[in-house]
Amino acid sequence: MDKRGLGGMDRRRLLFSGAALGGGAMIAGCTSNKSDASTDDVKAASKAGTDNDKPGKQVTIGFSAPAADHGWMAAITKNAMAQAKQYSDVHFEAVEGTNDVNAQISQVQTLIGKKVDVLVILPFDGKALTSVAQQAMDAGIPVINVDRVFDTPLAYRTWIGGDNFGMGLNAGLYIGRTLKAKGVSSPVIGEIAGIDNLELTKQRSAGFKKGLAKYGFRVGIRQAADFTADSGQQVMSNVLQARSHLDAVWNHDDDQGIGVEAAIKQAGRDEFFMVGGAGSKHAMTEIKADSSVLKATVVYPTNMSAAAIKLARLIAQHKGMGDLVGEDLPSSLTLFSATVTKENVDQYLPGAFS
Amino acid sequence: MSQQTSPPGGSGPLPATGQGSASGSVRQTGPSPGKGSGPAFLGHMGRVRNLGLFVVLVLLCVVGALTSGNFATRQNALVILSSAAVIGVITIGQTFVIIGGGIDLSVGAIVALASVWCTTVATQSYGLGGMIVCALAVGAVVGLINGLIISYGNIVAFIVTIAMMASARGLAERISDRQSQVVTVDSFNSIASTKWLGIPLLVYILAVAVVLGWVLLNRTTFGRRTFAIGGNQEAARLAGLDVRRHTLVLYVLSGLCCGIAAVMLTARTTSGASNLGNLYELDSIAAVIIGGTLLTGGRGSLIGSILGVLVFTTITNIFVLNNLTTDIQQIAKGLIIVAAVLIQRRGRRTAAP
Repeated sequence: MDKRGLGGMDRRRLLFSGAALGGGAMIAGCTSNKSDASTDDVKAASKAGTDNDKPGKQVTIGFSAPAADHGWMAAITKNAMAQAKQYSDVHFEAVEGTNDVNAQISQVQTLIGKKVDVLVILPFDGKALTSVAQQAMDAGIPVINVDRVFDTPLAYRTWIGGDNFGMGLNAGLYIGRTLKAKGVSSPVIGEIAGIDNLELTKQRSAGFKKGLAKYGFRVGIRQAADFTADSGQQVMSNVLQARSHLDAVWNHDDDQGIGVEAAIKQAGRDEFFMVGGAGSKHAMTEIKADSSVLKATVVYPTNMSAAAIKLARLIAQHKGMGDLVGEDLPSSLTLFSATVTKENVDQYLPGAFS
Repeated sequence: MSQQTSPPGGSGPLPATGQGSASGSVRQTGPSPGKGSGPAFLGHMGRVRNLGLFVVLVLLCVVGALTSGNFATRQNALVILSSAAVIGVITIGQTFVIIGGGIDLSVGAIVALASVWCTTVATQSYGLGGMIVCALAVGAVVGLINGLIISYGNIVAFIVTIAMMASARGLAERISDRQSQVVTVDSFNSIASTKWLGIPLLVYILAVAVVLGWVLLNRTTFGRRTFAIGGNQEAARLAGLDVRRHTLVLYVLSGLCCGIAAVMLTARTTSGASNLGNLYELDSIAAVIIGGTLLTGGRGSLIGSILGVLVFTTITNIFVLNNLTTDIQQIAKGLIIVAAVLIQRRGRRTAAP
């Protein structure tokens, strides 16, 4: 093709880089993402019916969580901040989210050094952060452990989190019930899991198995993606090749589900129904519209961080939970994984993460 | 297979490889030939470039066909090719950069940034054309920045692109606020679902990119300069080549490939997100290496890289068809990579003078 000398190359190269620069300048204005006013922050925060919400003693709450690099995790951090803002008596000290356990340990140590009144920690890895959480407890700072549990109860005052086993269980029960109602005798059921070496993925799969077993069904094909849309698309496009007929699919995570659904559409398949996981706004909108194979999703609540902030404030102010009987807060709270279908989606859509 | 044009004469100590050296007697430095049929067979494979990798691919296909009734179908072949399309286009750019003596560790992050930038609400309002132009321009501009810092700032490519890997993904997170941005422009999403004559558009894009890349690398002055600069930068400079400007263009080319790949991936997943393209830099570099390109530059083959990509996607496909667990997949993947490189190198050692 190009057999010309340097001169020809030069001019072309110049033209090309000029075009690239121009294009860059043109699209520089395209980073705006403001379509609708962001009211999510307020929705996640809640006001209780007791007088616990009346301003009390001034408290400082330290907050540490993994990097918000994923829809669910981003919502966790956002909801915690929004809840803290609701209280005039709360000073909120959040440290930069990180997926490096080493960095998170030093951050928690910094918060201990600042002598915060109470700590809210969602550890990247519960085991790795156990000892530093225990240091905090030993220093007299109560720790609220969110979701990923520490190794020993010595490391936290109260644990609040989701129910991964229950999430899988409810997905399995929904799929079993629906297939039974349809009269399918030996269904082919697929499972698209999340990152396979995480404890939560194992628990979700165990629950799913249990739920299906109640109806005498079992998983026909199980493959793991890694919580991203491109991995979901890649895995699902191959799974659809592996099984020319499917009856139902459970996909662990709605963010990777965007890719899973794209693969299904691209393959032109619609003989089965799908259940999602986590409960994203996108998934719930699709369930509501009833326009795709996605018929339900099992929620893994993101408002648990907001609840954790409320608990932390109550602990620091030495108050009990208004709606429970007793002077002290419970030591553990497992949140329910609701199954969201077309029938009840309106109830959950406002709290969904995007 | 591809017949390699030999690099420009006298511009560096670049041994001609492949068929060029296969005329008449092949000098052997390794174990002497003819002793046992195994090594001799492997020796023959080295004479035709990439035959080793091709054999690996054929073996994989045989395994696939034997273990799964769903493997040897036209539809499954198209799924494998569509899966290979995105990483394939990235690998083309990566091959140019590595042959030119550099490395681009930022490809995955560029894909993420381009996918996020072209799917913002503002960009989507420009429709199909605006989104494509945006993705390509973001890719090219990021590549330009990489290239400028590497060639005119005199910083090692490894460091510059690893820095870009961090900041491009960071910028992608900032723009998207770490949320998945669903594409609502249907014509854009149809890039992934459109088929002509039963073959997905994505496969055509890959095919066109491979043909253009191959011609550019093997049939133009630009390609010969790339080999020369990668082989011996100093010799190339003394021979009168503008090494800096050429290196700059290589990174722009790689960035542009990432922009194209971002369009394909975004259409495939119908969304842009800052976590797209995770670890694509490793996938593309691995494909380039098992494809027989020297990591130090100066020698390599585009067809080899593409075969490398196909080996990877075929392995994944066979694993899923047989419903194997992730741990077994990873062990086997590692073993197959090592086996492929051994077969490739065995062949080359016997063929090289």
